Amino acid sequence: MLQQIEGSRAVAEMVALCRPEVVCAYPISPQTHIIEALGAKVKRGDLAPCEFINVESEFAAMSVAIGASATGARVYTATASQGLLFMIEAVYNAAGLGLPVVMTLANRAIGAPINIWNDHSDAMAARDTGWVQLFAETNQEAADLHAQAFRLAEAVSLPVMVCMDGFILTHAIERVDLPSQEQVDAFLPGYRPRQLLDPAEPVSIGAMVGPEAFTEVRYLAHVRQLEALERIPEIAAEFCGHFGRCSGGLLRPYRLDGAELVVVALGSVLGTIKDTVDALRDEGARVGVLGITTFRPFPAEAVRAALADVRRVVVVEKAFSIGHGGVLTADVAGTVSDRAVPVATVVAGLGGRPITRASLRPVFQAAAAGRLEPLTFLDLDREVVERELARMASRHRSGPTAENVLRDLGAAGSKIL
Amino acid sequence: MTSPPSADPPASREGVKFYQVGSFAAGNRLLDPALRTVQADERRANSLTSGHRACQGCGEALGARYTLDAVMRATGGQMVAVNATGCLEVFSTPFPETSWRVPWLHSLFGNAPAVATGVAAALRAQGRTDVRVVAQAGDGGTVDIGFGCLSGMFERNDDVLFVCYDNEAYMNTGVQRSSATPPAARTATTEAVGPQPGNPFGQGKNLPLLAIAHDIPYVATATVADLHDLEAKVERAMAVRGARYLHVLVPCPLGWGSAPRDTVRLARLAKETGLFPVLEAEHGEVVRVSRIRHRQPVEEYLRPQGRYAHLFTASGAPARPDLIGGLQRIADRNVRRFGLLDGGDDEDQGRGSGDRAPAGADPAGASPRSPTGAG
Repeated sequence: MLQQIEGSRAVAEMVALCRPEVVCAYPISPQTHIIEALGAKVKRGDLAPCEFINVESEFAAMSVAIGASATGARVYTATASQGLLFMIEAVYNAAGLGLPVVMTLANRAIGAPINIWNDHSDAMAARDTGWVQLFAETNQEAADLHAQAFRLAEAVSLPVMVCMDGFILTHAIERVDLPSQEQVDAFLPGYRPRQLLDPAEPVSIGAMVGPEAFTEVRYLAHVRQLEALERIPEIAAEFCGHFGRCSGGLLRPYRLDGAELVVVALGSVLGTIKDTVDALRDEGARVGVLGITTFRPFPAEAVRAALADVRRVVVVEKAFSIGHGGVLTADVAGTVSDRAVPVATVVAGLGGRPITRASLRPVFQAAAAGRLEPLTFLDLDREVVERELARMASRHRSGPTAENVLRDLGAAGSKIL
Repeated sequence: MTSPPSADPPASREGVKFYQVGSFAAGNRLLDPALRTVQADERRANSLTSGHRACQGCGEALGARYTLDAVMRATGGQMVAVNATGCLEVFSTPFPETSWRVPWLHSLFGNAPAVATGVAAALRAQGRTDVRVVAQAGDGGTVDIGFGCLSGMFERNDDVLFVCYDNEAYMNTGVQRSSATPPAARTATTEAVGPQPGNPFGQGKNLPLLAIAHDIPYVATATVADLHDLEAKVERAMAVRGARYLHVLVPCPLGWGSAPRDTVRLARLAKETGLFPVLEAEHGEVVRVSRIRHRQPVEEYLRPQGRYAHLFTASGAPARPDLIGGLQRIADRNVRRFGLLDGGDDEDQGRGSGDRAPAGADPAGASPRSPTGAG
């Protein structure tokens, strides 16, 4: 049914349709509206049987999810930013144990400086945890990916993280088509665990593994991720058949025909990028877009194929590896490393800074002309940076950097948001 | 596996008198079979079965075996166990061998209470409330790194029995101090050097009292010296729903520098000196304490332990009467606070009559090993 609905609520509706048996929640912006809506559903009795557990920390949230999943329950939780970091030990543990937990990550920057707005630093910090990481472009896709996430997680016995941009998606009210319970039930069968804490058949789960087997256990996790690479397009195709619309999959190519320059990105910024590219296409530029829906496992072969005829690549990233550069860039560059294709990084949208067509357009034009630096920080205020660098050079006790920068910006700072 | 022992409640032990022979094993054999311990029952579950790699004389292995077998009897074999990282986890699962004959999950060091909450939640959602959940950890996993999750599990009153096997330091990593380490004890991070050797006075955390402060349905302390008492407490714990906490003192020959044969003796001395009060609380109120039968000065408890060697000369005379006195004051305060000597006569001490309601016990602010009691 078509609804005008907030992204968070659409996700909550879809998660509820997936019949989770345990939902554990700890509040952190911008994920709160999702768990609030699920809490209300459980309390009203609309979602039953389901236990909604208000926990004391994100570390406990993921730990409750681990216990419940190992006991054979379908489990859901949501977090963001600092919350993901606070639970990270348990995030690794859920993947290591092969438990099919599904979690929404309402992408948000990581402090210090504390910042509640959107970027992808949190998702990138969890890149190597062993979780499947899917990125939603729209609220429709965010909702749809959750049904697919449960299917996938339970098929390969791995946890799946659905990444949706904080505020930009979670708090935006858009048109979303939500399926019926019957449709979801037909798509998502009940959970049949591969391992189970069961008094009738006692097993030990979580034993210490030494050098004699650790490599093999880790390799098997890799094999399961690669299996997910096979299953994701199948599940997406099945989803298309069931629901009459397509979401998910590995990649989202856009106007790649004859493209010499391709812009690669994750998440909701693809909308702005497509608008920018449309305008450039209208002017005759041979530009296309490649959205990455499945970030982990990384669909290297599919990316290689999509970029087969491309001469230049720009990766727009809402995060970066400080002291190095783009994170997604390295993955993308690996797929064209056998050809002389320059792959440039544009770091944009950090801490919620708007990414506008006006800013992207000259960057793409420079890239098309071969004039783009390997690493660009979109809309970077050089003057503010230079002032702080000068302050640090002039005296040792220059004070806290973030506060200095805010003081330099003065009232202008508040205009950005 | 063997069929689990009967879930029938045992006949009353009221009025049964034991003479103190250490483990009470001798007295146990003279009892009516229905009154004997779970461990004495050949049909016991052997939840933690033989072949594990605990040290000789390990108090934790004893405590876990007694506790889980008693849970198995109370639940008719319907139990899931969650384990924190630590000695118990490491020595029990050297795969391809495992000593667990119960469904058992180890996740992390600090999250066993929350994992157990998840297990309980899943069982509730599945309508399997016949299956009960036990979480277990050492003192590090309970009082330090697991405390946040434990407090959360307590305040939500989740249906979990959490058992702390307290050996008073991080033994698995090589005997480092925890916030359950008593004053003056030598650990690898509180060496017996300098003017105040060992762990400082005036620090530490008393988990039983913190558990009581959460007003949960049941809190008890016990030692591996009194098997009947420990099993009876497990039985009481399993008779109620909600968050329950059992704190078992488990001497560690490695960390305490004691002889493996002295594990049970030291556990008994911890109680008999007053350093470790054995008590029960229900819904925030202390309801029973186990009375001291033959009160001993703390020296008798300290002297056999290498971790207190710096308090004595080579011939066993007090070398640091000031520090020994500080520990004695802690014991004295516990005796006073919990009424550990009140009522009855020392020679007429049976199971039923040994448990007294506390005389004016004020749990808030009191402490079994109260660091503040040292003055």
